[in-house]
Amino acid sequence: MSALAPTVQPHMPEGEYGEPVIQLTAARKVYRSGTIEFEALRGVDLEIRQGEYVAIMGPSGSGKSTLMNILGCLDTLTTGHYRLAGHDVDDLDEAELAEIRNKEIGFVFQQFNLLPSLEAWRNVELPLMYGRVPSHERRARAERALERVGLGSRLANKPGELSGGQQQRVAVARALVAEPTMILADEPTGNLDSVSTRDVLGLFDELHELGRTIVLITHELEVAQRARRIVWVRDGVIADPAETARAIGHAGPGGGAAA
Amino acid sequence: MNWTETLGTSWAAVRSHGLRSLLTVLGILIGIAAVILTVGLGLGTQKDVSSQISSLGSNLLIVSPGSSTDSSGVRGGFGTSATLTAADATALDSDVNAPDVAGVAAEKSTSLALEANDTNWTTTVTGTTPSWLDVRSRELVSGEFITDDDEASSAAVTVLGSETATELFGTTNVVGQTVTIDDRSFEIVGVLASAGSDSSSNLDDLAIVPLSTAATQLIGGTDSASVSTIYVKAASDTQLAAAYQEAQTVLLNLHSIGSADDADFTISSQNALVDTATSIYQTLTVLLTGIAALSLLVGGIGVMNIMLVSVTERTREIGLRKALGAPPWAIRRQFLVEAAILGLTGGVLGAVLGCGAALLLPGVIGSSIVIAPAAVALSIGVAIAIGLVFGVYPATRAARLAPIDALRSE
Ligand SMILES: Nc1ncnc2c1ncn2[C@@H]1O[C@H](COP(=O)(O)OP(=O)(O)OP(=O)(O)O)[C@@H](O)[C@H]1O
Ligand SMILES: [Mg+2]
Repeated sequence: MSALAPTVQPHMPEGEYGEPVIQLTAARKVYRSGTIEFEALRGVDLEIRQGEYVAIMGPSGSGKSTLMNILGCLDTLTTGHYRLAGHDVDDLDEAELAEIRNKEIGFVFQQFNLLPSLEAWRNVELPLMYGRVPSHERRARAERALERVGLGSRLANKPGELSGGQQQRVAVARALVAEPTMILADEPTGNLDSVSTRDVLGLFDELHELGRTIVLITHELEVAQRARRIVWVRDGVIADPAETARAIGHAGPGGGAAA
Repeated sequence: MNWTETLGTSWAAVRSHGLRSLLTVLGILIGIAAVILTVGLGLGTQKDVSSQISSLGSNLLIVSPGSSTDSSGVRGGFGTSATLTAADATALDSDVNAPDVAGVAAEKSTSLALEANDTNWTTTVTGTTPSWLDVRSRELVSGEFITDDDEASSAAVTVLGSETATELFGTTNVVGQTVTIDDRSFEIVGVLASAGSDSSSNLDDLAIVPLSTAATQLIGGTDSASVSTIYVKAASDTQLAAAYQEAQTVLLNLHSIGSADDADFTISSQNALVDTATSIYQTLTVLLTGIAALSLLVGGIGVMNIMLVSVTERTREIGLRKALGAPPWAIRRQFLVEAAILGLTGGVLGAVLGCGAALLLPGVIGSSIVIAPAAVALSIGVAIAIGLVFGVYPATRAARLAPIDALRSE
């Protein structure tokens, strides 16, 4: 692990956190469409430790979602290295990546991405199903996860019968049901009103208290300020601390509260 | 994700597009129905032929008037000329000229109305000689058959088939009663034992009268000596060919015809009936097999088409499942099972249609269709296999989708 120590570390993690969960080294991502190439990540180094709560911010088109897809093993790097929870992800095939996603990562998407034909608890049990947990255990765990997000009474409702905030809470339950190493959330509050936003962020706070690693992308400073560290992305690179502080200062009146 | 879960998921996907799935499996449905009918028709024809052989006896020759090799009509086709007579039957009965012939019975038949106690029933009235019972291998349940005396005196007596008796009197216990045939009174002297039916006629629905009575009183016509069929019984199965030769020679001599090619009669055996039935069956088989193969191909392509649509529609779902940890094989299996369910649905519906048609069609086309459970099970298996084969490409496409592209799709 130490062999892969990043050369740049814009925000050193606080001492209380554990082993590195994410180690991204000299990461480049080039999108090709036809003859046109676009370098969305241009040499990113990032380390996130066990138990951290990190917010990724930056202007639109700066490469936040690209970074998130790499961290979530949904996409692969063009060059550079990614190590997740001790696995060298660069060398893995699609089936092995699927298993890593299943065991190590819980996703929360801006669009909720629930399957409309399945009841809430059936949506929540999906990661357990692909993780080959026996069915009797799955239902109990899915129910517990839904109770944890305050939806114990809506187990059998389909997504269409739930409000946006409730749907996103189902998605959070789905992200934590398999007890993954890390929760990855891309604009989880982007489609929510302020009350639902507060609910979901409250959940993230609780999970953080329980020692979960959380990485979330957001446009909103109030959301980012709930995190313990803010990573600022600009034009496919991570900004240094000074620039980050300046950027956050611009982003909101009460800015500058990062790290 | 185990098999029951995969099945549940795939079944839900098929059901969520009920009508679309139904239309998709139409080709398979028709193909499987055609397969079941083809097999059923083959077995049915076999059954018909063998029951006909057993009902007529395998050592029977049938002599009909007219030439079957000539279509010019000069010597007349079937039923149009009266080239066979009772004298021909007598000549065939000769031990000298036809030693391999054990018995001969001439028949002269027509359809007439019978009446008894104000009940009317139309049936085949057959004039024949006392030898008929032995030649046709029939038995009586009661009474006795017409006798030589009846024949000599053109007696007004009749022997009824069991069904005819039941239709007229409600019972087969009718010996001694009187029945009116064509406004003449006949005494019932016997009732035939049931023999079932062959493909062309009901063997239990007929009235037998002496040949002379039929010729003079009932049928007559332009030539009262003519007969419609002569049955020739060979002494044994092995003597059938010899009996055929003898019968041909005797009749050619009698009719003063030099060459068998110019014969004004036709002799056929059960083998000929088997050949006819087989050739009809083969034509139908070729036709139905063609329909089946084409329908199954079209059905398979339909399944592939709709599975590709399904994969496209559910790209986002595939992306999500992959993000949550579904390995490519699980996605592939989910879509393969879905295709197999489509095949199964088509197969089961096709089997229902095929069996239904097998029950209804015999009344229309006049030959039996046997439903073979093994064929039904096998064709449902084939339907599933077609779904699987044509599902491989769409399922592989789904399995190969990059999770990120799939998630991003709208
Ligand atoms: N599949 C792709 N092909 C080509 N270019 C892409 C692709 N995906 C993203 N890009 C480009 O990469 C850059 C970074 O995109 P990304 O989605 O990571 O931005 P983002 O920071 O998440 O923006 P936003 O805040 O608007 O969501 C953008 O300029 C985008 O146009
Ligand atoms: Mg984005």
